[in-house]
Amino acid sequence: MQQAKAASEALSSGYQEQALAAGIGEANGPKEKIRKLFKQNKLAVVSAIVIVVIILLAILAPVISPYKEAQQDLTARLHGPSLSHLLGTDELGRDVLTRILYGARVSLVIGIIPSVISLLLGILLGLLSGYFGGWVDYLIMRIADVMLSFPSLLLSMAIMYTLGRYVNSIWCIFAALSLIGWAPVARVIRSQTLSFKETEYVEAARSIGVSRSSVMFRHILPNCTPSLIVLFTLNVPSCILSESTLSFLGIGVQPPAASWGLMVNQSKQFLFTSPWLALAPCLAIMLVVLAFNFLGDGLRDVLDPYLQDA
Amino acid sequence: MKIVLKRLLSMIPVLLGVILLTFILLRVVPGNPVSILLGEHYNQETIERLTSYMNLDKSVLEQFLSYAAGILRGDLGVSYVMKKPVTDLIFQAFPYTVKLALLSAAIAWFIGLGAGIVAALKQNKLADHLFMGFSLAGVSVPIFMTALFLQYVFAFRIKVFPLSSDGSLISLVLPAIALGWNSAGSIARMTRSSLVDVMQADYIDTAKAKGVRHSAVIFGHALKNSLLPVITMMAMQLASMMSGAVITESIFSIPGIGRLATQAVQNRDMPLLQGTILFTTIIVIFGNLIADVLYGIIDPRIRRAV
Repeated sequence: MQQAKAASEALSSGYQEQALAAGIGEANGPKEKIRKLFKQNKLAVVSAIVIVVIILLAILAPVISPYKEAQQDLTARLHGPSLSHLLGTDELGRDVLTRILYGARVSLVIGIIPSVISLLLGILLGLLSGYFGGWVDYLIMRIADVMLSFPSLLLSMAIMYTLGRYVNSIWCIFAALSLIGWAPVARVIRSQTLSFKETEYVEAARSIGVSRSSVMFRHILPNCTPSLIVLFTLNVPSCILSESTLSFLGIGVQPPAASWGLMVNQSKQFLFTSPWLALAPCLAIMLVVLAFNFLGDGLRDVLDPYLQDA
Repeated sequence: MKIVLKRLLSMIPVLLGVILLTFILLRVVPGNPVSILLGEHYNQETIERLTSYMNLDKSVLEQFLSYAAGILRGDLGVSYVMKKPVTDLIFQAFPYTVKLALLSAAIAWFIGLGAGIVAALKQNKLADHLFMGFSLAGVSVPIFMTALFLQYVFAFRIKVFPLSSDGSLISLVLPAIALGWNSAGSIARMTRSSLVDVMQADYIDTAKAKGVRHSAVIFGHALKNSLLPVITMMAMQLASMMSGAVITESIFSIPGIGRLATQAVQNRDMPLLQGTILFTTIIVIFGNLIADVLYGIIDPRIRRAV
């Protein structure tokens, strides 16, 4: 069995090389393409640096900030930006910059985890749908159609509403965003599976008796990696935006946890007296989302130019 | 005609799925709907009467069938809190949403097409980056930020526009800019890439070789073809705008579909939430259908292919 696998892998990579030589794919893999992107596209480089810096700031928040996350100072309420509080203080005298740093943790986690879950779900269902076809395909694709027909904000509002009483709000957001996010991934993986299924190396693998799951996960899936990288990079900012929107409406993250959207929600009532309170978290959201979008766009241009807006 | 019929048939399972999912959402909601409806003052008799009136004493299957039958009759139930039929509430709110959607779509098309065309003509020059950057920023900025910013600057600091909307055209300008800018980015991107593609076609070279003026080549020859995919996208966007702008409507207090949904969640008003979700989903589904058909009408190649 082990031998058969090794043989089929050698065979499949051989066919891949042939396919590449025939000009079906380009001769360089995703790694080289990404390297090329960083050489050419300065915007993507800056975006990647911004993302890394923000992740570091979020992790190092307790080290960087002289204040604690929930440290209140009722003598310094609603102060404007100053040297001791670079971004001012909120209605309880908490340091806004510190809250932004800690909020980055919540927002990044909510951006990344649902994206990972939707990616995994989308991969599994897309592979099944594309590989087996027939009624499996019909069923999965109709469910995807149903999910894609719902206005996503309203659907996540409804999910937050129904699950909100049972589980912690953050778990709820994970559930809502992954439930919405898998459908576009499944569609892309399905269409790619359909085309890779017909290639000669998959035929070859099947003819020597490689199991179905092995064909799906070891022969077809690796070819979908470029699209998956792009889908993931573009899904993270859309999750961060959805979370901030839900939290802004007061049905997302619940206090005392602080996400950027929740900070905007809480500062709404002080908009006309202390506008910096709303501005700071808004700019933070904008920066992260722009960085991910520019990076994702750059990646799409080099890895998978034909991938549609997901 | 055949395509339309085929597409209509393929919508049936999706619609059934949508109805099933909204029904499930109602069933898993915690708390007895009867006690939510009645509040604190009630007696046993009222509870029983209401339970049987709301079909809660029947089996789940019977409940689903009567729910689905109600939807076919246009009956979406009665709002717990506002004590009015959900259908009436939705049709009261819908005109506000339509007005906002049309105005925002006009702004999105203006910014998106304009930026896309300029960017394609000045490909990889400063204007390209500026215009594309501006329209892509709209996608990345959370809509509440744009809305709050516009409200702060143009309604609070410089009192040009009213703070909240009363349905008049002038009061819809700020919300429409917020919503329109948000949608302009994808139109701009698609216009740009499609126009860049078309500009490389042979017939464009022919036109240029014949000595047709540059602007005539672009507006007379290239634009017509490059806008085909963009028009479909614009139709789909309009449909999604018609399904209500939750954030924009809540910031500018526009009594549209989006506000209705927010109120439903805040008041734990399940029939209203269910109704708005169902209504907006049906709008999106039909909007996409119309976009598909439209594509077939304006592009004969698609018609022949199908």
